[in-house]
Amino acid sequence: MGKVGKPEKLIENNKRLDGRGLEDMREMSIEVGVIKKALGSGTFRFGETYALSAVYGPKPFHPRFLQDPQKLVLKCKYTMAPFSTTERIRPGYSRRSIEISKVTRLSLNNVVFTEDYPRTGVDVLIEIMQADASTRCAGINAASIALADAGVPMKDLIASCSVGVIDGTIILDVGGIEDNYGEVDLAIATVADQDKFVLLQLDGILTKEQFMEMLELGKKGCAKVYEMQKNALREKYQTGDLDDTE
Amino acid sequence: MEENKDTESQVLVKERELVTPGDVLATGLDFLPSSGCYRENNKIKAKLLGLAKIKNRFIGIIPLSGVYVPRPGDGIVGFVKDMQSTSWIIDINSPYDALLVLGEAVGEFVDITKRDISVYYDIGDVIYAKVLNVTKSKHVQLTMNDHRAKKLSDGRIIKITPSKVPRLIGKQGSMIELIKNETKCQIIVGQNGIVWIRGEKEGLATRAVKMIEQESHVSGLTDNITELLQKGE
Repeated sequence: MGKVGKPEKLIENNKRLDGRGLEDMREMSIEVGVIKKALGSGTFRFGETYALSAVYGPKPFHPRFLQDPQKLVLKCKYTMAPFSTTERIRPGYSRRSIEISKVTRLSLNNVVFTEDYPRTGVDVLIEIMQADASTRCAGINAASIALADAGVPMKDLIASCSVGVIDGTIILDVGGIEDNYGEVDLAIATVADQDKFVLLQLDGILTKEQFMEMLELGKKGCAKVYEMQKNALREKYQTGDLDDTE
Repeated sequence: MEENKDTESQVLVKERELVTPGDVLATGLDFLPSSGCYRENNKIKAKLLGLAKIKNRFIGIIPLSGVYVPRPGDGIVGFVKDMQSTSWIIDINSPYDALLVLGEAVGEFVDITKRDISVYYDIGDVIYAKVLNVTKSKHVQLTMNDHRAKKLSDGRIIKITPSKVPRLIGKQGSMIELIKNETKCQIIVGQNGIVWIRGEKEGLATRAVKMIEQESHVSGLTDNITELLQKGE
């Protein structure tokens, strides 16, 4: 976070600046159903990165000319809260947020059964409350939770995490300073813990071998995230049994 | 090899087990995916967050959340939203609006050149109607041609999550009967999650319905409701 000067070394004795090992992720936490008025909602936290997501719909979709007579249309909106970073961010859309909204939508479109609700739309709102790198990953994870909570039919959950290169070494889950002074940042999202990639955004220069290694590492990270997502969803309803329904 | 696959068919979840999207419910080709499930190769997977439901060869899911999707035969409570020369547009608490045409609403001949159809149903009215037909593209038609269908007046209206309606009704209507008997209220529950209540103890009935919605997944709910109702106002 913030404009700290570049540290001399980002890795010392196989330990990163925040004390993590090379393949350790930051502490993650998930909450389900935090917004009462939304049909579904969720939060996702990677250390200091905190994303909040709300899902409204399926509902009649506007503008009408974007409606699909056979399908449901996803509308994603990624925004960063003005107070999410050390320097204030102008509220509303920016070039960056429009891009991230789009890649989020394209990722989620892979798993939602769009043909189940023709002529409708779903609003997926993602707000980054606090940013410390990997915000798009946290956003996708939160949105995936919120969609499941809202009861939107989907093939599987989407799990996402980032992989990077700092000081020539491959690391999992890029943190704030590592993002600012690292060489490579690769955002990955997979369908569940399978080999199906739905997001791959690379910033930096690297070799083919490094790239393949990073993908493998990213998959491991996504599998961890996926596990947490499933547990969080189960926990919300694990308060009792429904023996005497119907 | 092919025969081998068939013998491998098995269900991997228990009845009423909580499942999340993507969970594998069964393997093999002997089972069929019902509502809320899909088939991927020889696996049946969950589409929704809900409880597994196994009936013979069919595997389905009872959703825990979600919007109302109309199905033919459902009794619903709707609001008249708009009126056209020979039909009404009804808001049925769903992503899709429903159409009630004159012929399905009124049992007599109406000369629309002489008579305004708002004498039957006007904008803002609340009706209990039956879903007649739902097309593939989800165009919904309603009918008043049912012994229970009527215009609802007075009383109060509350909304609950549509997926919790079966819980509110209970086994063979046991839960709703309990509330009706204890509060002496008239209650109509639409499959779309809109509940209409009229009677002296409307407030108490409303509290009971709200409680069922909030605690629908907690065991011993019937006892809690009985207690609430007997304590009274």
